[in-house]
Amino acid sequence: MIHELPKLPYELNALEPWISAKTLEFHWGKHHQTYVNNLNNLIKGTEFENLSLEEIVKKSSGGIFNNAAQTWNHTFYFEQFSANPKKIPEGKLKELIDKTFGSLDQFKTEFNQLALTLFGSGWTWLIETTPGTLAIKQTSNAETPFKNSEKCLLVIDVWEHAYYLDTQNARAKYIENFWNVLDFKVIEKRL
Amino acid sequence: MKFELPNLSYSYDALEPYIDARTMEIHHTKHHMAYTTNLNNALAELKDYPATMEEILSTISKYSMAVRNNGGGYFNHNLFWELLTAKSSKKPVGKLAEAIERDFGSFEAFREKFNTAAATRFGSGWAWLVSQNGKLVIGSTPNQDNPLMDISELKGNPVLALDVWEHAYYLKYQNRRPEYIEAFWNIINWEKANELYIKTL
Ligand SMILES: [Fe+2]
Ligand SMILES: [Fe+2]
Repeated sequence: MIHELPKLPYELNALEPWISAKTLEFHWGKHHQTYVNNLNNLIKGTEFENLSLEEIVKKSSGGIFNNAAQTWNHTFYFEQFSANPKKIPEGKLKELIDKTFGSLDQFKTEFNQLALTLFGSGWTWLIETTPGTLAIKQTSNAETPFKNSEKCLLVIDVWEHAYYLDTQNARAKYIENFWNVLDFKVIEKRL
Repeated sequence: MKFELPNLSYSYDALEPYIDARTMEIHHTKHHMAYTTNLNNALAELKDYPATMEEILSTISKYSMAVRNNGGGYFNHNLFWELLTAKSSKKPVGKLAEAIERDFGSFEAFREKFNTAAATRFGSGWAWLVSQNGKLVIGSTPNQDNPLMDISELKGNPVLALDVWEHAYYLKYQNRRPEYIEAFWNIINWEKANELYIKTL
């Protein structure tokens, strides 16, 4: 099956000034697209050719895994933004965040710290490890908690390409900006 | 003793148009500076450590990840800046030129192999030409690891180094890493590379 680049659920300039149109143009239009193209090329004639993206991520390794997981991770990342985001979680998500981290602010502080200190390229996630238990996790390069059947709730891409045009070396500034467009409505639905 | 951020022997705009001045300035004053500061902070927690980075790197498995990452970052960038010049001969010189012909068949074949190593390093890292007692080998390392580290899969003495972290090229080349790699061949300081090679013989 041919994998396709999902459309963004907003305009390229919708997240400005926090994430620029130029960054999205490259991040979604080039990086994400390239992962999708590479994946389609690599699986041709292999046992992965007719599998769903999720199955490929779980069963593959090497170049196929890198491109499949990056395709999945980026879709998951881009889906969670909005120009009019819900900034405070409610309901069950709020309960679990309060139970695990004490408060939303405390969660953000811990999450920001891990996003900031991930060395090299990678991702920082909020995951549900077992029903009702949240945790924050760093992964390198294309690695994704979803491969180990951990439920992903929220993610920040900290590859330099995610922020270099906007904030250059200042990753902390990008992480701070991220919360201004992160839509907790999307995260609540993932729980 | 503290490790210091070295000055560059050329101006930030010297490598234009291959590497732009803004990239050079941020790369040197922010990224390299941060590795230097973080390395010194990590070493400050230790009672004692060797005087040279080479000694630290050769036993890096005994140190924290902070020393490994920032020590690598400090050392690799020192080397990288020295291997660049505005006045490149554009082709290898001296004993290194001979060894490249001997070990890769031709400069073109060598270039192609190095380009592949640089282009296919997934995520952040470095591409290397190393000397293993005179024999030349091409490879790459992840993040700020380098071939002097005891934990490194690729071993040897660095002769040529190319930073393929996105911060090294993103402002000018964005996702087009191969264009940045191509540009690198115009600004290599082959005199310096030859000097590094001769020291390993
Ligand atoms: Fe990304
Ligand atoms: Fe660098």
